[in-house]
Amino acid sequence: MTNSTIDIDILRYRPEQDNAPFVQTYRIPYDEEMSMLEALQYIKDEVDGTLSFRWSCRMAICGSCGMMIDGVPKLGCKAFLRDYYPNKIKLEPLANFPIERDLVVVMDDFITKLESIKPYIIPAEEKSLEQGEYIQTPEQMAKYKQFSMCINCGLCYAACPQYALNTEFTGPAALALLARYNRDSRDAGSAERMAIVNAEEGVWGCTFVGYCSKVCPKGVDPAAAIQLFKVESAKDYLIGMFKPE
Amino acid sequence: MQPHSSKRKPYQRELPVDWWLKHAFYTKYMIREGTSIAITIYSCILAWGLLRLSQGEQAWQGWLEALQHPIAILFHVLALGLALYHTITWFDLAPKAADIWLKGKKLEDKVIVMAHYVGFALATIAALIIITY
Ligand code: SF4
Ligand code: FES
Repeated sequence: MTNSTIDIDILRYRPEQDNAPFVQTYRIPYDEEMSMLEALQYIKDEVDGTLSFRWSCRMAICGSCGMMIDGVPKLGCKAFLRDYYPNKIKLEPLANFPIERDLVVVMDDFITKLESIKPYIIPAEEKSLEQGEYIQTPEQMAKYKQFSMCINCGLCYAACPQYALNTEFTGPAALALLARYNRDSRDAGSAERMAIVNAEEGVWGCTFVGYCSKVCPKGVDPAAAIQLFKVESAKDYLIGMFKPE
Repeated sequence: MQPHSSKRKPYQRELPVDWWLKHAFYTKYMIREGTSIAITIYSCILAWGLLRLSQGEQAWQGWLEALQHPIAILFHVLALGLALYHTITWFDLAPKAADIWLKGKKLEDKVIVMAHYVGFALATIAALIIITY
């Protein structure tokens, strides 16, 4: 299969000259080992240097290269041309985020949400360096490990229709990150964070579509984190009814 | 020197009204949510039957006859199909809301799903026994 080519449609947007995004088609040599990210790099190096996209690690670790591939949120470095060939492929910037330029989106809201859930260990009592580290058993670690695997790629927000309808929703990755800390045996900040969980834009903004967990490249399963919090939140509410502060 | 001016102009895409038709995953989710309409109508018919029962034998017979209308039968078959669809898809999701640990290991998803089906079967058998005796 030498000399075969593949067509890639890319949704382009150049803020200094365009009022709205438009589709541009690129034809490049097909190589079955080529990832979507490599295809973009080929286009940028050989065909059109004006194309913009984000990337860094090329190995599904940094979380920079999220994009819509035929309408599905994926990491460009973890998707391969061979799974689409000989069909034309459509690349678009991650859904539900404003487009900064071409495949680059504005992620500020996502980052703000990650920061908003107090993503650090709040110990019951502060220890000095001399007192040593906060010890944890492998079993205690297993309770939150899955939720700590997030690479902040934002694919889950692009998959979430609730976030699309209302960006106030705290959203999958941030709530999974919240679970990561609340489930950590070294942390004593659960009560503080439950206020975020219980809020209207917290877990109750979720209607359990479940697509976030499906698209997550790291098996974080944010939908599970949220459903578990709904149970917690309901318990909190019931207890609160009988025990006014 | 010219003051620095930004060329930034983030573009906000509109969510199409038919977003849930664009992807099979969303469509299936919408059907799962939509099943509640059929269940609501079903419950209303059932509640109506209870009311008729309290109004004496004739009213009750009338309700039973109305249920034999082809449209009523068709609706009930449809409602049963949708209720089963809801049950199956819901059971598939159930492990996400369960956090059961045994000896430091999370209980496997399929065990939780199986437990739901066992509960479903037992409840159905119990209901059938109550109805027939
Ligand atoms: S939860 Fe998964 S999909 Fe969402 S940002 Fe983290 S790694 Fe990406
Ligand atoms: S380039 Fe780092 S995740 Fe794809």
